[in-house]
Amino acid sequence: MAVSTSEKVKGGFTFRRGVHPPHRKSFSESRAIEQIQLPAGSEVVVPLSQHIGAPCSATVEAKQQVVVGQEVGSSDAFVSAPVHSPVNGTVKEIAPLPHPSGRKVLSVVITVGDEQPEPSIWRELPENCTIDSLENTTSEQIVDTIRQAGIVGQGGAAFPTAVKLVQNQQKPVDTILLNGCECEPYLTSDQRLMIEAAGPMLLGLQLAVKAAGAQKGIIAIEDNKPDAINTVFKLIKDIDNLQLAICRTKYPQGGERQLINAVLGRVVPTGGLPLDVGVVVINAGTASAIAWACIEKRPCYERIVTVTGAGIKNPGNFRVPVGMMLSDLLEHCGGLTDDAEKVLLGGPMMGPAAARLDLPILKGTSGITVLSKAEVVENKEVACIRCGRCVDHCPLNLVPTRIAHAVKARDLETAEDYDLAACIECGCCTYVCPSKIPLIQYLRSGKSMIARKKQQVKSK
Amino acid sequence: MTEEQKSKKPTKNAAEKKIEPEKKSTPEKKKPAEKKDEVEKKILLVSSSPHLTDTSTSRRVMYEVVIGLVPAVVMAVYLFRIQSLIVLLSCLVGCVGTEWLFNVVRKKEQTALDGSAIVTALILGLSLPPTLPYWMAIVGSVVAIAIAKMVFGGLGANIFNPAMVGRAFLMACFGLFMTTWTLPVPEMAEQQVQAEAMELQLDTEVAAVTQPTPLALAKQAIKDAHKEDQADKVTPERVEAEIVSLFWGQTSGSLGETSAFCWLIGGIFLLVRRTITVHVPLAVLGSALVFATIAWFVNPDVYPEPMVHLCSGGLMMCAFFIATDPVTCPLSKLGRVVFGIGVGALVMLIRLKGGYPEGVMYAVLLMNSMTPLLDRWTRPRTLGGSVAKR
Repeated sequence: MAVSTSEKVKGGFTFRRGVHPPHRKSFSESRAIEQIQLPAGSEVVVPLSQHIGAPCSATVEAKQQVVVGQEVGSSDAFVSAPVHSPVNGTVKEIAPLPHPSGRKVLSVVITVGDEQPEPSIWRELPENCTIDSLENTTSEQIVDTIRQAGIVGQGGAAFPTAVKLVQNQQKPVDTILLNGCECEPYLTSDQRLMIEAAGPMLLGLQLAVKAAGAQKGIIAIEDNKPDAINTVFKLIKDIDNLQLAICRTKYPQGGERQLINAVLGRVVPTGGLPLDVGVVVINAGTASAIAWACIEKRPCYERIVTVTGAGIKNPGNFRVPVGMMLSDLLEHCGGLTDDAEKVLLGGPMMGPAAARLDLPILKGTSGITVLSKAEVVENKEVACIRCGRCVDHCPLNLVPTRIAHAVKARDLETAEDYDLAACIECGCCTYVCPSKIPLIQYLRSGKSMIARKKQQVKSK
Repeated sequence: MTEEQKSKKPTKNAAEKKIEPEKKSTPEKKKPAEKKDEVEKKILLVSSSPHLTDTSTSRRVMYEVVIGLVPAVVMAVYLFRIQSLIVLLSCLVGCVGTEWLFNVVRKKEQTALDGSAIVTALILGLSLPPTLPYWMAIVGSVVAIAIAKMVFGGLGANIFNPAMVGRAFLMACFGLFMTTWTLPVPEMAEQQVQAEAMELQLDTEVAAVTQPTPLALAKQAIKDAHKEDQADKVTPERVEAEIVSLFWGQTSGSLGETSAFCWLIGGIFLLVRRTITVHVPLAVLGSALVFATIAWFVNPDVYPEPMVHLCSGGLMMCAFFIATDPVTCPLSKLGRVVFGIGVGALVMLIRLKGGYPEGVMYAVLLMNSMTPLLDRWTRPRTLGGSVAKR
């Protein structure tokens, strides 16, 4: 490691269990982020639900003119985030359209107009813009700005960030963790962001620290990204309340429970939130979005997406308008190769496979991985030999095979008793299973069965 | 699990086609005309995440165990020549054939060559005496696969180690054959003279020389402890004299019982390949060592030194290949450690106080029956605490 050790940098952080999948980041690791400009006449689809929480209702009507950053949907609910138009254009329609979740979701379709503004700056902060220059902004104002900007967790879960940062007297927060681990194989969007635009990201982290009333911010980066570590280290040297934590590369380090455990040694209680142990975890992209929201009230309508894998002709990292169609983005990258087999919305460990390409890019879409025939492993499920590898690798110390068997037998009581609810669906168990049992799929169906059963009980 | 769905693929123009990806050449057999049709519709594969998996498979796990067994098999063939081949081949035919027949009759997918039956056959074969008639070996194999494994539902569903059940069945039915031990062929000529001195029945016409195994001697020493007559009293020293040949395998015993060295090699191979974890072997050997040492400290006139116990009989085989059978041992690491300690303790209990000279088989079977309970008792603690109501 080129970084010298000091008070600011600590290394060797890790958590117990987990797996070591191949990194395969070389497809896009060295490609600089490219700004995507949509051509006039193309369409963007902005779903009214891109986050965890209440869906928005449309605030625009068909045929209405919209401009970049204009709010097109909002909600009064506490846990929600408004959505914004990424382009100047005309609303074509508001209709239920295919959504990455698999269901159809009410979406605002916008036809891109002829005149578009200059692409917004995002790499460098405006001159003289530091945390001190934003001194007059109070915590409440920061949280409010974040809420209005519609910022959600960009790591994938898409939980509204404002909800995480709002101060709670009962549960004070002392540390904000900036998650720059990017433990998913293939994906490089956070890594490129940290290399190319660490300034705004760190300002965002400082703003989050202030908003939550925390004492310090820690940037956590895995040790397979030395260039990102170097860049961030140079920038935080003179910032008092920021530290750098170098984690040993392991999946799922970027899971917030694992990261908190690795860096701070704290254990988030099952069913609880990081807030319960005084921590808030935000993603690198989220931090960047926070900064721009506070500097110039820019809402969250763009994000960085990695398009990678052997199944795509020209992999790379892109700054993509939220709502751009997946098919357009793939075409921008030269299209799929002839042996492309799977298109994943995210990385290969947790990303769901897309069954269609007319899906919009969401605020939580961190990457598109296109696997070629050679990369796709088709596995045939055989009998469990009780080898215990799923137990040895489960980061939450569950017994996945026991739960899967219970779910298979529709024995939901046993599944619940074995803490199915604690499962984070990281996929480690399925990754290591020599019998190729899709344990995660059983666990997921178990979760939905339990949810359905509870709903039935409630409605009676 | 996977379902294929049709979906649109972004249309490509001729110019884009020229931009070749860095890797993967396109199959050349496709004609351009066909290709054009494919451009319109692309079949995407849809499945549940994760989309990457480890390269290890259950079949590979089984065949790795088979490779781990090779040193012991080679040693067995070297020591007992044609007799060992007859026993091992009978077991292979019996085990694989039974599994094949079961699957055919039950119209299930054929699993006879998934490796697990071969592992059972080899472990059963290596635990049998070389002089066993071939048909007895087949009977044992049929019992092992049919009764101990297939009726429970096949691989992964059995409660008891199939090879040990097969051996226990043979022990119950053909006790005499199962406890007739002969010297390895290379040792025979050399030891004939000594055998006479030991006043054993010796018929030069017979191909084999019968001789008690070192553990049988040890058992005799325990029985003889109160004997006044010093003339034919067996003392622990006589067993201890055998310790070097025990390690290398120059004593009498079942096919694979003789050489601790070969099991050590095979066991280390499995550990290096991560086919097994260290928990069970260390726990078995550790607890056996502790109990043997205690016994030796208490009364060295009766009990041989602990290394004799570690190197003799099936303890090494048990530690690395029998007790580690994943199907019949607990899931969690802690469970496996407790299981291993139990096996080691039971082995020593049977060897030192029980009626049999060797206790591996019953120790493993007894602990197998404890596995479901151990699984429940040693369930890992959920990170962040359990939410389920108890």
